[in-house]
Amino acid sequence: MNIATVFEIALAAVVLGLAIWTIAVPDTYSATVGFIAYGLLVALIWVRLDAVDVALTEAAIGGGLGGVLLLGAAARLRDTEAMTTEGPSLIVRLSAAILSASIAAALAVTILLLPDPAPTLAPAVVANAGATGMTNPVTNVLMAFRGMDTMLEKVVLLLAIVGVWSLASDQAWGGRPGPRHQADPNGVLAFLARLLPPAGIVVGIYILWTGADHPGGAFQGGAVLASMWLLVIMAGLVDTPPVRSRWLRLILVAGPGLFLAVGLGGLCFGSAFLAYPVAFAKPLILSIEVAMLLTIATTLGLLLAGAPERSAER
Amino acid sequence: MLPPAPALVTTAGGFLLVLSIVVPVAGVLLAFVLGERYVRQVASTVVPVGLAIAFAVLVLLPRSDGHLVYLLGAWPPPLGVALRADGLSAVMLATTAVVICAVAIFAATDFRPQSVEARAPFAFWILLLAIWGALNTIFIAGDLFTLYVALELLTFAAVPLVSLDGRAETLRAALRYLLFALLGSVLYLMGTALLYGLYGTLDIALLSHRVNADSGVLIAAALMTTGLLAKTALFPLHLWLPPAHAGAPAAASAILSALVVKGSFFILVRLWFDVMPGLPGLAAAQLLAALGAGAILFGSVVALRQERLKLLIAYSTLAQIGYLFLMFPLAFGASGKLESDQALAGGLLQAVSHATAKAAMFMAVGSIYAGLGHDRITGLCGVARALPLSVLAFAIGGIALMGVQPSGASFAKELLLQETARTGQWWWAIVLQAGGMFTTAYVVLVLSHALAPSDQPIVLVGPAPLSRDLAALVLALCSLFLGLLPWDSYLPAPSDAASKLFGIDALSKLLLPVLGGAALAILLSPWPHPLGSSAAWKALMRVVGPLRRGCLRFGSLIERGDEVLRQWSAAGISLLLVSLLLAASMLAAN
Amino acid sequence: MSAVTVFGLCAAAAVGLGLYGLIANPQPLRKIIAFNLLGSGVFLMFGIVGRRGAAAGFGNDPVPQALVITGVVVAFSATALAIALLLRLFQIAGSTTLNSRAAASARSDPSGH
Repeated sequence: MNIATVFEIALAAVVLGLAIWTIAVPDTYSATVGFIAYGLLVALIWVRLDAVDVALTEAAIGGGLGGVLLLGAAARLRDTEAMTTEGPSLIVRLSAAILSASIAAALAVTILLLPDPAPTLAPAVVANAGATGMTNPVTNVLMAFRGMDTMLEKVVLLLAIVGVWSLASDQAWGGRPGPRHQADPNGVLAFLARLLPPAGIVVGIYILWTGADHPGGAFQGGAVLASMWLLVIMAGLVDTPPVRSRWLRLILVAGPGLFLAVGLGGLCFGSAFLAYPVAFAKPLILSIEVAMLLTIATTLGLLLAGAPERSAER
Repeated sequence: MLPPAPALVTTAGGFLLVLSIVVPVAGVLLAFVLGERYVRQVASTVVPVGLAIAFAVLVLLPRSDGHLVYLLGAWPPPLGVALRADGLSAVMLATTAVVICAVAIFAATDFRPQSVEARAPFAFWILLLAIWGALNTIFIAGDLFTLYVALELLTFAAVPLVSLDGRAETLRAALRYLLFALLGSVLYLMGTALLYGLYGTLDIALLSHRVNADSGVLIAAALMTTGLLAKTALFPLHLWLPPAHAGAPAAASAILSALVVKGSFFILVRLWFDVMPGLPGLAAAQLLAALGAGAILFGSVVALRQERLKLLIAYSTLAQIGYLFLMFPLAFGASGKLESDQALAGGLLQAVSHATAKAAMFMAVGSIYAGLGHDRITGLCGVARALPLSVLAFAIGGIALMGVQPSGASFAKELLLQETARTGQWWWAIVLQAGGMFTTAYVVLVLSHALAPSDQPIVLVGPAPLSRDLAALVLALCSLFLGLLPWDSYLPAPSDAASKLFGIDALSKLLLPVLGGAALAILLSPWPHPLGSSAAWKALMRVVGPLRRGCLRFGSLIERGDEVLRQWSAAGISLLLVSLLLAASMLAAN
Repeated sequence: MSAVTVFGLCAAAAVGLGLYGLIANPQPLRKIIAFNLLGSGVFLMFGIVGRRGAAAGFGNDPVPQALVITGVVVAFSATALAIALLLRLFQIAGSTTLNSRAAASARSDPSGH
């Protein structure tokens, strides 16, 4: 057993321990903290699996922003724990445990018995990379080969926004999402909110730019930008925009909108819907990604902010 | 059915498939940006265009060998994603377009945008278009992961519709729906991961040539099937359906009941008949049909015991979903191989006729609710005089659903009954007939209350716009005359199966369910009937009194069982049990 | 034992734990967390599949990686929508139970199962 294997086994053991803690611990807040730690370590697993793009996404969106979302909810619901009716009976829990374990066992066996040599599309991705002029294979799959999925997934994000907003009260419609944050203007939060965003914005844009040829891309960059925006909001330096704002709505549809427009351009003038002419493939894809970066950052931020609560007038 | 060799080129007219997704999606984006009063205008522009696209596909399909293919980005699978339409897709695209069109007309007054943007209209019209885009993607996507994204799109559009009125009760229903649907989609995604690991592609046509009876494939099939069953709300995984479908606004209920549950059902059909034709085996198919039979029993009996009309219709949807699953074992021959497409045609036809009839019924009930201010079944006396068109739409929808000639349901039932005879599975013929009788029972029950005369004149509390009733009526008539359409160019259904419209034979087929249904309604409904004080009723009760008491006790037992099964933990355990049972029966069959 | 085996078992275990938590935990927020755990297990399965398909100079098949990135974003949106629903429910009803009967009647009925 070499040192790498020992490390992998230790990592898997810690991850599993955190997963068990997340499910079993009675206190919800502790479970949330456990899940965030779990998410960060899973990102390490992704690095070990040689999937750095996913590791970045998992750390930024799955662990980071998802963690903030869960922590916020856990804090707001903390008082309800005592009120919740007691959990299911022992028989129910026992049968759920046995059945879940059987499914996990079936999955484990299936994963271990997957065929060797494994089928792969990696060579096909390499062979067709020339058509886009980008060398990051994951970006190529997301933006070119499976562009439809990515476009539809942007619509999923938009629908999540519509769904969250639809939970507002009728009076609050059109107003600003979330509570107005107030922080000590000389406090740590405000200090960080002034210090970090310039660097964060540069990092976010860099992650997008480098995503053409190296790990990174619109999702990961968008998550960084979203967290910077949230920091500034939570420090009370800026307020969330009112959902009635036409500008806000334009930004929220910019990503899928431009994707759709370029796709239709391909349908009308090129070889197919979502086909890029070889000469313009890279600039086209990059401009879609820039639009997506803005859309993703704004969407993620607003999903964390919640439904409109206050009228737009201060 | 898909072509024998995977078609790897775009066919002429394939761009229509792209448009059928892009047009509603563009509508979503546009409506979101414009907001205010433009939301409904965008929707009313997109609806006719979408309808035209769906019918263009319907016209073009028979002329291009029954398939349309479009390679997105000109990338052939397995690297790229293909859109494919066959007869099933074309039929579902057209059904969806027609139902959406009717619902849009129905909802035009309820969700009238104001000069200042209001919450409910904004959300409703955007979500309506999103559901349309998601469903169209489901009907034509040729890739299992694209189908996953479309499924999520559908869920994200459907859940907020449930809680549009913002009451705690509907928020709770929406949250239950969302969480259970997410559980379903994760199971589906698990199967997708395994299939990619086994074959290195998620393209349906390519997979159908590569799959063989590996244990991994069967586990993937069991997981995906279970996930889709949870999203379709097949008994006993139906915990979310009754409160969600009964709590939503009428127009939304119509969409949810008629179309949204058909989305996951359609993917299930693709999985069993196209991705791995016949591989899951007869035993697993029998299990699905047995759950369907359970759905018919529980859904119908509980429906007959509901006091509120919307809940009755929601439980009827539960029963009708069960009916859709009876086709699975009938499609297998005695050898355990997939033999007949006629059962598939029957099942799909049933889905189409339920979509049209149920949307019409929910819309009619919505009008009745708006008119009366309540939807208690015992308070319906005299409503036929006050709201004749709404009751007529409900009645025609109900008649179409119970399988009176020439409705789509009767044709579907005929096809399925022929298959029970051919494969010797007589027990499903009994379930099919019983399902028809139960449907009749709750339709007759509602009509007998609605048509009864009232002592006091009914005071309407809300407006009853003609357009709403007409939309429901047209849709109900569509369902009633579905059996006359030329199905054989799209579905593998012999055109002579529906020819016996009149005669002794047809009369007996009509009378049997009607009489049986009336008897079931008398025996199983606990509510005092408007004719309860008449002499004839009392004489009848003297005869059947003890039997009725027994039946009512049975009914309350079923209702209590349904309540237990709708507990979250019970439904979750059922879900795991169903997946393990499916996996075991598939592994045993191969 | 290779990384694929170790992390493959880890993914299967995460799925099992997530399923159990989603079913047996009574609080909706805990169900949402369990859903995320379940999702992360499924994504890891894609990662294992991709790792096994390492070829052409890539340590991990890029196609499953792209699928996971799409999936992570979808799962995040689902979490956000579920939490928004949950918080709104709490705001209106003052409780977060999913059991409508327990919420309807002030006295909670333990005979539910």
